[in-house]
Amino acid sequence: MHRISKEHEHKILNENSRIAERLRAHFAEHGILCLNIISAPGAGKTTLLERTLEALPRETRVAVITADIQTDNDALRLARFGFPVKHITTGGACHLEAPMIERALEDLDHDDLDLLLIENVGNLVCPASYDLGEAAKIVVLSCAEGDDKPLKYPAIFFKAELLVLTKTDLLPYVQFDIDAAERNAHRQRKGLEVVRVSAISGAGIAPWLQWLERKRHAVRVEAAVD
Amino acid sequence: MHEMSIANSLLEALRTEALRFPGKHIEKVGVRVGALAGVDPDALRFCFEVLVKDSGLQPLELDIDYQPRRHVCQLCGESFDARYEDTVCPRCGVADSIFLSGEELELAYLEVEDAPHIERART
Repeated sequence: MHRISKEHEHKILNENSRIAERLRAHFAEHGILCLNIISAPGAGKTTLLERTLEALPRETRVAVITADIQTDNDALRLARFGFPVKHITTGGACHLEAPMIERALEDLDHDDLDLLLIENVGNLVCPASYDLGEAAKIVVLSCAEGDDKPLKYPAIFFKAELLVLTKTDLLPYVQFDIDAAERNAHRQRKGLEVVRVSAISGAGIAPWLQWLERKRHAVRVEAAVD
Repeated sequence: MHEMSIANSLLEALRTEALRFPGKHIEKVGVRVGALAGVDPDALRFCFEVLVKDSGLQPLELDIDYQPRRHVCQLCGESFDARYEDTVCPRCGVADSIFLSGEELELAYLEVEDAPHIERART
């Protein structure tokens, strides 16, 4: 028997990473900010996107990719705002992979974009393992969940750049300790940015849009320099 | 569960590797899985065993080397295994550490049936 060490040269998800890097290079070159939005089912990703799309100036060149195991309900909700929406029915798969994004882009006029929002399948585990070529992952956690979720699902809180705490209007009625949730998230990633949002009252939507604008600006500046 | 998809990617990687050892059988594969890879080792093993049966690569043993999440203390420089609820330095008790490793999801080694002419695999 002959043992051959592979050292750190071979990632198992090589093929996914290769396509993700191709997408990332494409986004960077065209000044497109791509964000991968991840949460458990029902945390409010689609509602957050609804509030986002209705607040964006009409001239914003934004497209959305949504994904679910079944139904295109989310895509129908988001298409009402007049921006292009592409839905991926994964048919059982619990996460998106980079080749799915590449295929979805063929149906979107993507060279003409400056913002691509990807709403991943509702799942806090599997999407964390798959790079989609995004500039940043955003994790969404609702106040109707447990404040210890960042401890239970460390990988996604570790990999995200922004935590959006949603449904803050429910805080008077639930056991959720929002400060503890933030502390737990910061144990996974120091410096993780946090916005607290209520899509019902509109509280926190402005800081979220400011975060988005700051990221868009950074991507535009980089594309202009290159 | 995405371990089926990961096991499938692993077999794809092994098929590519196998081309470099014509006529030789890969008997064992070592895989490093970090605590933050988001992969459950038992589920990965189960999926691997299901997929390998009719893969043409069987018999093939899977060795999973689970890597803890490692942090290094910003104050005293101690490196330690961080637990999910606790990233406090065990030496100086300070909660100011930075992530070192634990995201691995990679091929660690292959064991190929005796092939003395192969000194080192080129990549």
